[in-house]
Amino acid sequence: MNLMKVVQSHLAAETQFPEFGSGDTITVHYKIKEGNKERIQQFRGVVIQRKGEGNTATFTVRKMSGGVGVERIIPVSSPFIDKIEVNKHGKVRRAKIFYLRNLTGKKARIQEKKFS
Amino acid sequence: MPGLIGRKVGMTSLFDVNGKNVPCTVIEAGPCVVTQIKTKETDGYEAVQIAFGDKKEKSTSKAELGHFKKVGTTPKAKVIELSQEDLSGYKLGDVLTVEALPVDTLVDVIGISKGKGFQGVVKRYGFGGVGGTTHGQSDRLRAPGSMGASSWPSRVFKGKRLAGRMGGDRVKLVNLQVMKVIAESNLVLVKGAVPGANGSFLTIEY
Repeated sequence: MNLMKVVQSHLAAETQFPEFGSGDTITVHYKIKEGNKERIQQFRGVVIQRKGEGNTATFTVRKMSGGVGVERIIPVSSPFIDKIEVNKHGKVRRAKIFYLRNLTGKKARIQEKKFS
Repeated sequence: MPGLIGRKVGMTSLFDVNGKNVPCTVIEAGPCVVTQIKTKETDGYEAVQIAFGDKKEKSTSKAELGHFKKVGTTPKAKVIELSQEDLSGYKLGDVLTVEALPVDTLVDVIGISKGKGFQGVVKRYGFGGVGGTTHGQSDRLRAPGSMGASSWPSRVFKGKRLAGRMGGDRVKLVNLQVMKVIAESNLVLVKGAVPGANGSFLTIEY
């Protein structure tokens, strides 16, 4: 696996994203190509998992859109990410918060992390 | 055809210029040493023998050791021969590296596919199996179906595709695109999958 690490270090894009983990609310600004035009769209939601390592790592963002849950799996090294904003640090006890899928309304709230 | 010997390292993916996520296989290719040049006069045909991968001196036979010593190189684990039409570019002891493979070249990769054991016709030859489980059928879902006609020829033709050992064959994939080259570590990334398990030897022709 040693050589795979070498490849990863070569492929890893120089990204300056802020640190975020599961439970955090983030806004992902990503570029969309429509014909020749390029525009930027935002996707704001809760990070429910971070997965993988190196250049193949991904994270999943979940949001409620018109009462329907929408999830996007985004590769960290995707060239279409413009920037990522962290809106809120959430206090959760596990790394993958899939239980959020079964919760709606007030139950689906995540307590905010307080820094002293 | 010029070529290199390599070892399959593993798979990963990368984003190409269009932003597409492309699956890639990482191959440790070279450095290979030219250990013998076969000419029409001495051998009856023209070819180049190249060697790759170090191995211990104690696990090398004396005959092999002498062969490698003649070129002035350490004992090598894998030796192959590549038939050539033009030998002019090769000298004994030449070292071939991944620098011969610029990005976007198309290469052919040869390897030994993973052994899959005794497999039925559905997996081995892509047969559809026999129908569903209705009309009293219960256990013919993955069966080969008819073996042929009846009173003539009263036998099964040779070469009829049936169940048997699958995998472990020499497989050649043609026109794989080189996506990235990491020269200092002798690594080359080609588009798509290649035959064989991680760590197995591959031949790259370009």
